[in-house]
Amino acid sequence: MAPDGKGLAPQESPDRESPDRESPDWAAAPEGATRPRVVEARSLSLTFETADGPVYALSDVDLDVERGDFVSFIGPSGCGKTTMLRVIADLEQPSEGRITVNGVSPHEARLNRDYGYVFQAPALYPWRNIERNVALPLEIMGVPAAERREKVRSHLELVNLAGFEKKFPWQLSGGMQQRVSIARALCFEPNLLLMDEPFGALDEIVRDHLNEQLLRLWAKTGKTVIFVTHSIPEAVFLSNRIVVMSPRPGRIIDVIETDFPTDRDLDFRETADFLEVAHRVREGLRAGHSYDD
Amino acid sequence: MTTDVLSAPAGSSGLWARLVAGRALPIAVVSAVVIVLWYLGAIWLNTPLQIDAFERQGVAWSRADLVRATLAQERPLLPAPHQILAEMKKTIIDTRITSKRSLVHHSWVTLSSTLLGFAIGTALGVLLATGIVHLRTLDKSLMPWVISSQTIPILAIAPMIVVVLGAIGLKGLVPKAIISTYLCFFPVTIGMVKGLRSPDPLQLDLMRTYCASGWQTFWKLRWPSSMPFLFASLKVAIAISLVGAIVGELPTGAQAGLGARLLAGSYYGQTIQIWSALITAAILAACMVALVGVGERLVLRRMGLRR
Repeated sequence: MAPDGKGLAPQESPDRESPDRESPDWAAAPEGATRPRVVEARSLSLTFETADGPVYALSDVDLDVERGDFVSFIGPSGCGKTTMLRVIADLEQPSEGRITVNGVSPHEARLNRDYGYVFQAPALYPWRNIERNVALPLEIMGVPAAERREKVRSHLELVNLAGFEKKFPWQLSGGMQQRVSIARALCFEPNLLLMDEPFGALDEIVRDHLNEQLLRLWAKTGKTVIFVTHSIPEAVFLSNRIVVMSPRPGRIIDVIETDFPTDRDLDFRETADFLEVAHRVREGLRAGHSYDD
Repeated sequence: MTTDVLSAPAGSSGLWARLVAGRALPIAVVSAVVIVLWYLGAIWLNTPLQIDAFERQGVAWSRADLVRATLAQERPLLPAPHQILAEMKKTIIDTRITSKRSLVHHSWVTLSSTLLGFAIGTALGVLLATGIVHLRTLDKSLMPWVISSQTIPILAIAPMIVVVLGAIGLKGLVPKAIISTYLCFFPVTIGMVKGLRSPDPLQLDLMRTYCASGWQTFWKLRWPSSMPFLFASLKVAIAISLVGAIVGELPTGAQAGLGARLLAGSYYGQTIQIWSALITAAILAACMVALVGVGERLVLRRMGLRR
């Protein structure tokens, strides 16, 4: 009954899946971290074997994400930023290197339901109204009905959609639908939120508005967020760490830490601090040949 | 008072507007054209026999006599619509339904095996599709059989099914239902394979991120996604299920059923009887397809998929 043949069959630790792979050393604890590491990746590589030869989606990637971080992956298409997110979510298996999520393998983290995932499209189920769409993960996890109702209510309130419980997805705008999908990803209270270009399909005005809302949500909930985008202003505005990536092979060019005030609003994007960081991101992309044809 | 004055003309012009804009007018026009062509065809086809008859009787006849007579023959080559309607009125309304001559009785016999075959066929189709979607080996091994099963003419295999099932003691309703099943599982299988595969990769990935079991993915995602496909298939399935039941009645020399009516009519050259059985079967099929359509609307509206 697995969705794609390999899907839900128990996937054991990666070393058992492919014997030729380097044996990952899960015992190695994160050393010397001030805050607990949510994601720790070491020399991570992922190669897709295609008919046209191998595609190096990720090459030798090291990454640390600490609790409470808002990390953005930015880069042109094909730089592996979505692949990286999918590896963290255990939706792709790395070919080499090791990675832990909340101190355990991504597979175990998925079994623990440690993260909520927001896709490029809202991926709401059209036959469920808003309330039941948000309740979907709770139903699957066997949360009792009364608790489910309460969690749905509070999370719809969190994304400013109280009162829309009985509407169907097609009755909502694209931006509202994506907010529903954020509520759905948060309602079972994972400590990690993975967002894959969640606002990419929206117009700029809606996107700006949602950026502001997301920033407040992050400040309010203290979740760790990993955010994939190809918009420089979006990455700089939202994140406290920006991971600049580059394609062929997908790799990390630069990691930029920022220390902006958490109550920043859209006007902040016209300040010198903001423009300086945006410039550094652009330099990084240029150095990684992201602007080449 | 004022509302009455205002609404009356609006109401009548509204009706006319709806007739013109809606489907009623085109349907009426097409039906009228078909009936006119039918009458012309009946006159044309029945004329040679009628001239022979006049000449044998040695009566003088005018053109008007000829036309009148061609539309009132006892065993015409092509019966006129009013003759079929008269026969249908006689055998459906005027005859008691317990009588062997009642078309309602015969329709019920055929309908019961149609519905039984449809139920079994739908269940079988859904089951096969579920297997094919979830098990790679079934996809490879079963699908060619499912498709090749439909390349065998039903007229060739129907007597075999009747004989084989008769040998193991199954007679009457069941063999006919099995023939219906043989025809109607196919569209359901094909439609449901497509329907159960219709969720997009994001919707499936979402289920993976929740660690949903295969069972949960099926009931919460694949099954609801397949509903529009299921109903499209059911409309085809119910119609050919009726065809299967009628075909199943032909080789058995059945005593009752629309197929038996067709067979008896053709033995005795009762063309009017044949045509009225045919028209009854067509009306029956249309009603059943319409009923499936009503079910579809109710289910999809409940699911919020009808806007």
